[in-house]
This record gives sequence, structure tokens and C-alpha cells, in this order.
Amino acid sequence: MSIKDWRSSSLFSPPAVKRPTVGLPDVAVGLGILLLLYVVAKAGSQSLVQFNPPDVIPSVDLDPRNLPNYAARSTLRMFVALFFSTLFTFVYGYAAARSKRAERVLVPLLDILQSVPVLGFLSVTVTAFIALFRGSLLGLEAASVFAIFTGQAWNMTFSFYQSLRSVPHELDEMAGLYRLSAWERFTRLELPASMIGLVWNGMMSFGGGWFFLAASEAISVLNRQYTLPGIGSYVAAAVEAKNLPALAWAIATMVILILLIDQFFWKPLVTVADRYKLELSAGEERHFWLVDLWRSAALPRYAERLVQPAFRSVDRWMSRVTAVAAGKPQREPSRAGDLAFNAALILITGGLVVAAVRFVLAGVGLAETGHAALLGLATAGRVVALLIFSTVVWTPIGVAIGFSPKLARISQPIVQILASFPANFLFPFATLGFIKLGIDINWGSMLLMALGAQWYLLFNVIGGAQSIPADLREMAASIGLKRVREWKTLIGPGIFGSWVTGAVTASGGAWNASIVSELVSWGNTTLRAKGLGAYISEATGKGDWPRIVLGVGLMSVFVVGLNRLVWRPLYDLAERKYRLG
Amino acid sequence: MSESNSILLSADRVAKTFPLPAGGVQTVLEDVTFQVAAGEVVALLGRSGSGKSTLLRILAGLILPSNGNVLANGMPLKGPNPGVAMVFQSFALLPWLTVQENAELGLFARGVAKETCEKEALHALSMVGLEGFEGAYPKELSGGMRQRVGFARAFVMKPEVLMMDEPFSALDVLTAENLRGEISDLWERGVFPAKSILVVTHNIEEAVLLANRIVILGANPGCIRGEVRVDIPRPRDKKGPRFVALVDYIYTVMTNPQAPVGELPAAKTSERFPMLPHARSGGISGLLEIIHARGGREDLPKLAESLSLEVDDLLPAVDASALLGFAVVAHGDVMITEAGREFATAGVHRSHEIFKEQVLKNVPFVSTVLEAIRQKKDSGISKEFLLDILDEHFSESEAARQFQTLVDWGRYAQLFEYNADQERLYPPEQEREEEPVGG
Repeated sequence: MSIKDWRSSSLFSPPAVKRPTVGLPDVAVGLGILLLLYVVAKAGSQSLVQFNPPDVIPSVDLDPRNLPNYAARSTLRMFVALFFSTLFTFVYGYAAARSKRAERVLVPLLDILQSVPVLGFLSVTVTAFIALFRGSLLGLEAASVFAIFTGQAWNMTFSFYQSLRSVPHELDEMAGLYRLSAWERFTRLELPASMIGLVWNGMMSFGGGWFFLAASEAISVLNRQYTLPGIGSYVAAAVEAKNLPALAWAIATMVILILLIDQFFWKPLVTVADRYKLELSAGEERHFWLVDLWRSAALPRYAERLVQPAFRSVDRWMSRVTAVAAGKPQREPSRAGDLAFNAALILITGGLVVAAVRFVLAGVGLAETGHAALLGLATAGRVVALLIFSTVVWTPIGVAIGFSPKLARISQPIVQILASFPANFLFPFATLGFIKLGIDINWGSMLLMALGAQWYLLFNVIGGAQSIPADLREMAASIGLKRVREWKTLIGPGIFGSWVTGAVTASGGAWNASIVSELVSWGNTTLRAKGLGAYISEATGKGDWPRIVLGVGLMSVFVVGLNRLVWRPLYDLAERKYRLG
Repeated sequence: MSESNSILLSADRVAKTFPLPAGGVQTVLEDVTFQVAAGEVVALLGRSGSGKSTLLRILAGLILPSNGNVLANGMPLKGPNPGVAMVFQSFALLPWLTVQENAELGLFARGVAKETCEKEALHALSMVGLEGFEGAYPKELSGGMRQRVGFARAFVMKPEVLMMDEPFSALDVLTAENLRGEISDLWERGVFPAKSILVVTHNIEEAVLLANRIVILGANPGCIRGEVRVDIPRPRDKKGPRFVALVDYIYTVMTNPQAPVGELPAAKTSERFPMLPHARSGGISGLLEIIHARGGREDLPKLAESLSLEVDDLLPAVDASALLGFAVVAHGDVMITEAGREFATAGVHRSHEIFKEQVLKNVPFVSTVLEAIRQKKDSGISKEFLLDILDEHFSESEAARQFQTLVDWGRYAQLFEYNADQERLYPPEQEREEEPVGG
């Protein structure tokens, strides 16, 4: 074998790179990067440098010309939150997947965090962050970012943890036997293996994050109104001023923003992540115009060549630092240690629950607890009604879309935008409608909750319908199954699993949305429904701590209870009986 | 074969147990003592359930033994064995790295300089005939070429012992044959980049072709039944009389769990809970029809070859036929019995009946289950109840497989019905109807 003439390939460069020439794609790429840098720098400087004492609340100007600026600042918050969510995901997911004992605490905790109404905690976090960054707007910024973070992180963490757990066993053994350093294991095996799940989940969570952004930019906590300049607070200000044109501008801006971020961030990421499929089957490569532009431009390759040596030495250095020591003994966890660990865990959990119960009972008493539980039942009734309604309306539509490739191609991007559009931007219109038409908010809040939650159901039903094999449908047609029978024997069972997934997500979203849907206002008219969401919302506004703890605690119990008693068994049933293939 | 005395790897009274769901432990390996010396090719041959892959992983330092010691170069082994590289059944390649990056993986981890990494990887790739594919991704390659990358990645490490875990079993017959030949060729030419090879297989011909020494493992629990030396000069001719005789002999040994192997005495007959071979009724009847069509007697190696079946696929059906009295196995041959002949030629209804008779006659556990079902004819008995019994004797997954086999046989014999929704076993319908109401 002649190795002498063989010179190029390495970990980071493909072999035999042709000398690139600068062309039109480079102009586009260069200008695009410059524009991005300008926007980030401008939006960032406003939130990071500008100091404001907390008593002077930044105001929001309803002139639509300010909207791009507000949108940029909100977007920056979203991406900062995404960054921290990713960081959290790696640390938390890694710890849970690597240590048996950590897993026993972290996974159930994550399950609860996922089901807890995040919006109920805004009061806690806003107060904490303002205290932390006394005299600076940064406190409010941090509180808003944190709110978005809590809407994004859990899903992503779960996905990462699942991916780490499902790395094929032999690959794991290979990594151990060939003594891959921790760095090498992470960058060559674990991160790529979880890439696809992480990107898709990040995209979904990011869409959900807008909702929390809108809710957290303008919030009244502990009898005080806090405002953070951004597109969410713009909407809040427009509602207060009863300014319909401003609202329309905000919604248009939001749609454009979602489209831009989808085109310039998520689509390219999804395209690139597609390379990290675990199965070895050769498939068609995904294409996307921005990725193709980037690949055809020479500028990125020049830059890559410039930073490559540095990159490579960092890679080596990290690998050396995290190398696995030879003959490092493995230990199986001792039984006694496990017992002690479990005992400590039970004690701490029990202690926390007792403390919370005592705090609530001392503050509000048993009668109020019972009353709040009844309110919880009312909200639960709304969630159930919403699910039934969405199922009846969206299942046939979703199946029709899923069965028709043409319809699917047209409607999928629309549904995707609808799912990530923050429903609370539409609340003012609905509220206005309720006032004008005299609709009882006890019923109307159901519609508000549905505005955000129903899309998950539609999304999943479309996916489920698409996964029903064509030959099964041909079979149904050839033996002449009538519509009702076809739904009963093929379509229903076929989409059941996807429906459950969609319904779980929708119900979680609806519970969270109840906090902002059961108490809405237009100008100085406030509509209040009877429900746990309004209860929490009111307690938060007043800074009534025992009621906040009671409300949030009760809602968590409801959500976790429903998950255990209804969704888990349905999910198992879907796995056991209604799995295709 | 001249073997130097340097022992690279040794296992001393190694055992491995896993806790059972119903309490107690499942013994996967029991009292295994053996060694790998420099310069030899050792094959671990056993059927599924013999713990051969577990033993390999214990020697590689990937799994800790529950009992006993493993010594690598005389030193107790505490973590992944640094002197070992492994070729995996599923190749274990990283799909997002190129062929060369996959091959370099282990060297990079050692902190070897970039140029050396490249040189070594290219050398190894050329040994397995992959020059020109350095920049390709695994998904662009065929199965055989992927496993070549697996070999190159192991060669690069220049290990003392190269371990292979059923390296050819995920490949089609022709590709496997081809690659097996090349690997054995490298060994014969003396350019093999490892001092010894330890290969796990359930393919008898593969073991005889490659190994100097075949260690035969028994199942439930896994233990060493004995050792067969292979003194046939290399390159070995698969049609040669000594080769054929040895393959026949090993087939005989493997179809007779109680037979002595080599100089070791016969394993003591255990009074363990009888285990049903994992064969479906359809597979049993298919096998018997083929044997009947070939005159009622067939050589097992020939049968396996002509059907392109591995031992692990063929032997359960053979075992089940023997257990049910449809066939007898002797000297590597399988012969059909009178009942077997009748079963193979009967029509649909009659064959169910014959199967029922044979099951009741030969499998006492089925009769026990049937008795329990009859006692509770209306409510039936639950899957859980049976799994609880099975869990006391088998691991969770094995118990589930035993249950599956039991249900398959019982359904085919029309001894009982199983409702998968309710997960309960009931007596067959006509029996329920015959019983007087309230009786």
C-alpha cells in the first residue's frame, strides 16, 4: 500500500478539497452573517447595558415602527433560553443516564417538572431574579429567560436522556473496550446519536417557548406590574390601550418572526442533523436551500481551514484530559449504599411534602383547600371537554390530511406555524368577542385553552395516519370496508398511539394555559372563570404565598395523577396492542 | 501446533449470576476455568443459553464476574482489558464517521499522533481490502465491507487477543464464507496483527475451520463441557474426510447434552426444571416433512447446509422433535420415528391430534398446566400465574419465551385457548360446552 501520496483526510476535513473560488453564494453568506451580527449586537446592548432602577418601569411604545426592535429583543431572549436549555439538557440528561442512583431521583423529578404548571412559578422566579440583580433590568431579563427555559428544557432533557439510554449496546461496549475518552465518547458517539431527537424536540419546545415569553414579559407579581420591552409586552400594552391595529401589527410581526427563525435556524439544523441517523441504511439526503448555499460558498471553507488547526488541538487536548485511566476498577453499587440512599430520598421527599402541607394549612385552612380542589375539578372538566372537542373536530381532518400526500405537503408547514404561534397573542381578540357577544368566560376559557393545545393533537394524528401502511388501506378498499367499519378496524387502531401522544401533550398544554385563559382582560374589563387557573393567577398577582403553593401544588397533583391513571395505561395499551409493524 | 507457554488470558472458576424477578438468582455461567495462550485460535462453541457471549465479555473486562478471577497477562483484570480488541456481531460502527475515522477511533483515544493514526489505519484498511474506501461512510458499504471496517478497527489496535463475537452471523452465506476465508488466510500467512484469536460462534464448520481448539459450552447454566483439539493442517479443506468427521462428531456432541466431550466425563444429569426448546409447531412439522421427504434420515450438518440454517435455528426444532418423540438423534444424524412419520404425512386435523398425544405423553409440564386450567374452567388461569412459576426457574426473558412456546404448542394441540387481551388460558370451547352448567 502506498501511503506517501495520501495526504488529506482527517477528522474534520473531507479528502481532496478543491480550491474554492469566491462567488455569488459568498456574497449572500457574508452579508447574511454581518446582518445577523448587527441585530444581535443591537438587541443585546439594550438589555445588557441599559440600567434601570426597578421602580422606573421601562415603557412600551405602541408605534409599530418599534416592533422590529422589540421582536429582536424577544428573539434574543428566546435564543439565550435555548442555549441554557441545551446546557441543562446535557448536564442533567448525562447525569441521569450515567448514574443509577442519580437516575432514580432525576427521572421522576423531570417527570414532575414537566407536568407542573410553569406559569404558576413565575411569581417565585421573578421575585428571586429581581432580588438577585438589584437595580438592573437584567433581573427581569433573567426572569423572562428563565420562564422560557422552564418551557423548553424538560422536553429536550427527556429526549437526550432517552437517546443516551438507547445507544445500541454493542456501540457502548465498543466505546468501553477501545477506551474512548469521555470527550471522544461524547463527541463521536453520544452527541451524534442523540442529535436528531434533540433538534426535533428543541424545535417543538422553542415553539412552545413563545407562549411563555409572551406571558413573562409583562406580568404583575406581588401587586406590582413589571414590563420588559419585547413583543409580548407590546401585546400587553396594546390590550391595555384597547389598540386593535397595534395588535394586528404584533401578530403579523410574530408570524414573520416564526417563519424567519424556521427558515434560518431550524430547517438548516434539521437538514444537517439528518446525517446522524443511527441505522446504516442508505437513504436520500435531505436538501435545504440555505444549507446548499452554505455548502456551495467558499467563505465557510476558508474560515474552516483557518480555525481547523485550533479546533483539532482543542479536540486532542480535551480527549487527553478526559482519557480513561488504565485498569480503572468498575464497581457495582453496594446494596447497603442503595438502601441508605433510598431511605434518605424518602425522608427528604416526605419532609418537603409535610412542610408544604403545613405551610398551606397554616395559611388558608382546610376549607379553602377543599374549595381549591373543587376549582381543580372544574378546570379538569374543561381540559377533558377540550380534548373530546379537539378529537372530534381534528381527527377526521388530520386523517384526511395524512392520507393525502398533496394535502400533507401543503398543510404541514401551516400546522407547524399554528403550533408554535403563541396562542396568548390571540386572547385579546377572543376576549373582545366574549365581551361583545356576552359569552360566559366559564365556557369561553375552554376555547382559549384550545387555541394553543389542539394543534398537538392535529399534528400527531396526521403523523399517525401517514404511518398506516398503504397496503393495509388497499386491503380495506379491496374487501369493501364501509366507512364506519374502516374507522373501527383500521384507522382508529392505526392512529391510536399517535393520538395518545398528541392528547398527552395537548392536555399538558391546556393545564398550563388555564392559568392565563381563566383570567383575561380587555382594557379595564376583566373576565374571571371559576377554575384553578384563575385561582393561581389571582394569588400570583396578589403575592399570596400560601395560595400560590396550594394552587400550584394541587394542579401538579391533578396533572401527575391524570398522567399516571389515564395516560400511562392508554400509552401501554397503544404500545402493546396497537403497534403497526 | 507449538504453543508457547505464555498465557495471555485466563479465567479461574468464573461464574456469573443475575438476580431473578421472583427472587433467587439465574446462573448464566458456572465454574468456568480456561486459558488462552499466545499463538492459538480458540473457538467458544455453544448453543443459545450457554453464556458464550457473556464469557467473552467477562474476558474482555466489559462485565464483572460474580465469582472467580480473570487474569490478563497474569494480572487481575479490573476494567476493559487493554490487550483486547473486539469485532462485534452488529459491526458497531459509527455511521457519521468515515471508514478511516472509524478505524482510527481506538488510536485517537490513546493519544497517538495524527500522522501515525493515519498510517496505521490505512495499513489496517489495506489488510482487509478496503483501500480506496477511506472516505466512504458505512452506510455506503455492503454488510461484508462494513464488517471489514470492524476488523480494521480491531487490527489497528494490535491487540494481544482479538475477540470476535459471532462476526459473520449478520452476513449472508456467501459473504460470510468469503470473509471467513480471508481472515483464516491472514492467520495462516502469519501476518495476523494479534497474538491470539478468541472467537464465539454457534457455527460448527466455522469453529473447525478457524480454531486450534474448540471449547464446547453446555447450557443452563453455561459451563465448559469439554474441549476438542483441531489438528487438521491449514489451509483446511472443508470436504476433507477429517474435517467432515470432526464436524459430524461435534454435531453429535451438541445434540446430546449428556454426552462426554473429549476427556471430560459426561455432565451430571441435572434435575432442573425441564426447558422447552424454542421451536414453533410450524417449524417442527416443517422439519419433519423435510426429513421424511429425504428418506427419514439425514445428516445434521448436511441438513443445516442445504437449508442455509445456523445451528441455533435448526437445533431447537430438532430438539423439540426429539422431545416429542417424533425423531431420534444419534451420531450427528436425525432419524424420524413412526409417530414422526405419521405426523409428517397426516392431514390437518389428524396432525393436530397426533401432536396433542405426543405433547401429553412427553411434556409433563403441559399436563400440569392443563389440570390447573380444567379446575378453573370458567375463569381460566392467568399468564401471570404461569410466569410466576416459570420465573422461579428461568430469567425473565427466558420465562417469557417458555410461555410463548407453551402457548404455541398448546394452541396447536388444541389443548387450551389463550386470550391475549385478557392474558388468560382457557379450556378449549367444546370442552367448556360439554361440561354441565354449574357442575
